Amino acid sequence: MTRTLSEAESKRVLAGHGVPVLDERLAATPDEAVAAADGLGYPVVVKACGAGIAHKTERGLVRLGLADATAVRSAAADVLAAVDASDGPVELLIAPMVRGTRELIAGLHDDPQFGRCVMVGLGGILAEAVGDVAFRLVPVEPVDVDEMLEELGAQAILGEFRGEPPVERAALGEVLLGLSHFAESDPAVVAVDVNPLVVVDGRPVAVDALVEVAE
Amino acid sequence: MTAVASHRFDALFEPRGVIVAGASSHPGKFGFVALHNILRHEYGGAVFATNREGGEILGVTACTSIDDLPASAADLVFVCTPAAANVELMRACAKKGVGAAFVTSAGYGEAGEEGRRAERELVELAEELGMLLVGPNGQGVVSTPVSLCAQIVAPYPPRGRIAIVSQSGNFVSSFQNYAVQTGVGVSRAVSAGNAAAVTVPDFLEYYAADPETSVALAYVEGVVDGRAFYEQVRRVAERKPLVLLKGGRTGGGQRAAASHTGALASDERVFEGMCRQAGVTLAGSVEEAFEAAATFATQPLPRGPRVAVLTTAGGWGVVTADAVVRSELELAPLPDDLRTVIDAKLPPRWSRNNPIDLAGAETRDTIPEVLELAAGHDDIDAVVYLGLGIQSNQARLMRTGPFFPDHGLERIVAYHERQDERFARAAADVSLATGKPVLTATELAVTDPDNAGPRTVRATGRLCYPSSNRAVIALEHLWRYARYGMRRARA
Repeated sequence: MTRTLSEAESKRVLAGHGVPVLDERLAATPDEAVAAADGLGYPVVVKACGAGIAHKTERGLVRLGLADATAVRSAAADVLAAVDASDGPVELLIAPMVRGTRELIAGLHDDPQFGRCVMVGLGGILAEAVGDVAFRLVPVEPVDVDEMLEELGAQAILGEFRGEPPVERAALGEVLLGLSHFAESDPAVVAVDVNPLVVVDGRPVAVDALVEVAE
Repeated sequence: MTAVASHRFDALFEPRGVIVAGASSHPGKFGFVALHNILRHEYGGAVFATNREGGEILGVTACTSIDDLPASAADLVFVCTPAAANVELMRACAKKGVGAAFVTSAGYGEAGEEGRRAERELVELAEELGMLLVGPNGQGVVSTPVSLCAQIVAPYPPRGRIAIVSQSGNFVSSFQNYAVQTGVGVSRAVSAGNAAAVTVPDFLEYYAADPETSVALAYVEGVVDGRAFYEQVRRVAERKPLVLLKGGRTGGGQRAAASHTGALASDERVFEGMCRQAGVTLAGSVEEAFEAAATFATQPLPRGPRVAVLTTAGGWGVVTADAVVRSELELAPLPDDLRTVIDAKLPPRWSRNNPIDLAGAETRDTIPEVLELAAGHDDIDAVVYLGLGIQSNQARLMRTGPFFPDHGLERIVAYHERQDERFARAAADVSLATGKPVLTATELAVTDPDNAGPRTVRATGRLCYPSSNRAVIALEHLWRYARYGMRRARA
C-alpha cells in the first residue's frame, strides 16, 4: 500500500532535499486566505490542498492570478465549496503567482525491473503527450544529471527562450540530485512528481508536487 | 545469482577436448550436425562422441557410455541427448573431469511446470558437480582462437575480436552471418538458451576479461534482476565497449500509473537511461548492433565529436552531413589552414568547406593526400570517406563488355582498380597513423562486394559501411562510449 502526501507536505519534504519551492501559506478559511495573500503580496494562487486531492486543475480547485483580497476571498470560498467529504481533510494553499513560459517535469519512479529512477523532461499538461524525458537509476552522479539534460530533444527550451534567460542547468541538476538523494535517504519513497517545475528567470521552481510513500 | 568466476569459462571456450553426447548418424539430427560442425572446422582438441548403439560417425568411434572415455581428456560436453538422460550424463561427465556442459536439449524451462522442475534440478546438479552449465535449449558455442564450432546452426565466422552472447540463438547466427559477409570477425559466440545457470551478463563479464575480445555484443530480452544486470553491464563497460540489442523495447509503455512520472516511465525509456548511465551503447536494429561492434573492433575511439566528410560527389556529402548533424557528433567547421592546403592541390570548384567535396577535381594522389591532411588535423576527430569504388564500378562494365581488353581498356581497368585499392588502404593507414577513426562508406559494399574498393577495405580488416548513414551511426556509438569514459575520468 502507498499513501500520497498533500501538496504542502510534499513540498516541505522536497525542499529539505534542495528542490526550490515557493513561499506558500496554508489557510483554513477565506479570511485566513486573504491574510496569507496580504502577507505574500499580489497576485496569488489559491489551491485546494489535502492528501486525498488529485486532479486539482480538472476539478477547478486551482485559481490563478488573483489580484486582490476580494478575488482571493471569493476563490477560496469557491474552492472550499467544490470539495466534499470524500476528499478528506482539505486546506487552502496560498502561493505567489509566478510567471514562466517554460514548464518542466522532474520526478522519481519505482520501476518494476530496475527500481527507483530519477526523471526529467518537458512538463506541464502536455508532458505525457510529448514524452521528451530522460531517466537514470538512483543514485545519480552530477555527470549523469548533465547527460540527462543533454539528452532531452527540446534543447531550445533550455536555452534563451522568448525573452527569458537560459535555464541554469546547474540549478536544474541540483533538483535531480536532490530527488536522487531523497530516494536514497528514504526507502519508503516510491514516486515523486514535480509538475510543473516552472522556469522563473532561468531558475526552476516546483509549482506543484506530489510525493508517494509506501506504508 | 552472483557472477560466475571467469576461469570457469575456460572449459567452455578453450576446452582440451569435446564430447558430443547423443551423437547421431542421421544427418538431420542435432547430434550429427554438432559433431559435423566441430570436425568440419578442424577443432584442434580431441573429439569424442557417445551414442547408445555405438558405431562410427563421421570417422569418430562413438562410445556407448561416458564411462568408456579417458579421464581428463575433454573439458566440454556438448549435450544433444533427451532431457531425461541428462542427469546421469552430467554425473558421468563430472567423473571424467569435464568442467562445462553446453545443453541443447529442449524440454526444460520453456516447457511448462515439469520442464521448470527438471531445469532447477539440472542447475542444482551442476552446482553440486562444480560444472559450468550453459543452456539448456541453446544452439551452441563458437570459439575461433581454438577453431571450435560446437553449434547446431551455421555459420562459422572468421576469427576476430567481437564476442557475442544472445538470449536468442538465432541472433548468434545473424551476427555471425554479418561477420562472414563483412570479414570483421568473432572471438567467441554463445547462445545462452534458457540461461538457467549462466546468464547473459555472466558471459559479458567473462568477455570483459578475455584477452581475445575487444568488444562485446549482446542480444537481451527479459532482464530478471534489473539492478544486478545494471551493475554487471556497468562493470563490463568500464573495461570494454558493450553493444546491446534489446528485444521488447516498446512493450509496457502504457501501464497505468497515478503519477506523470510513472506514466512516462516506459520500459524502453528506463532501459535506455540505464544503458547510458552504465556506459553501454544501445543499438536500434540487428545490423546497427553488428556494425557498431565491428567498428569498436576495428577503429580507434574518437577523442572528440568533430567529423570531416570527404566525398568525390556533392549529394553524398550533403546527406552524410545531415546524418552527422542529426547525431550526437558534430560536423567540424573546415579549419582555415586545411582549406588553404587543399586549395593548393585542387582547382577552385571543390567545396572549400566540410563536407570536403572534391567535385570530380581530384587527380591521381588527391584522395590519399586529403585523407591524410583531414585526419591529421588537430580540429578533426574522425573522417567519413565516400566515393570509393566508383571508378572500379566503371572498370567492371569495361571488363565484362565486348571491347575488353582492346582499345586501351585493359590498362585503364587495371589503373582504376589499383587506385581504389590504394584509396581503401590509405583510409586504413591514415587511421592507424593518426589514431583516429576513418570510415569508408559505399553501397558497393553490398551491391558489388568484389569491387576493388570494398574488397580492399575488407582486406584491411575493416568494415566497408553499406551507407554513409550507417557509418555515422556506428561512429556515434564510438563517440558515446568514448565521451562516457572521458567525462568520468575527469570527474
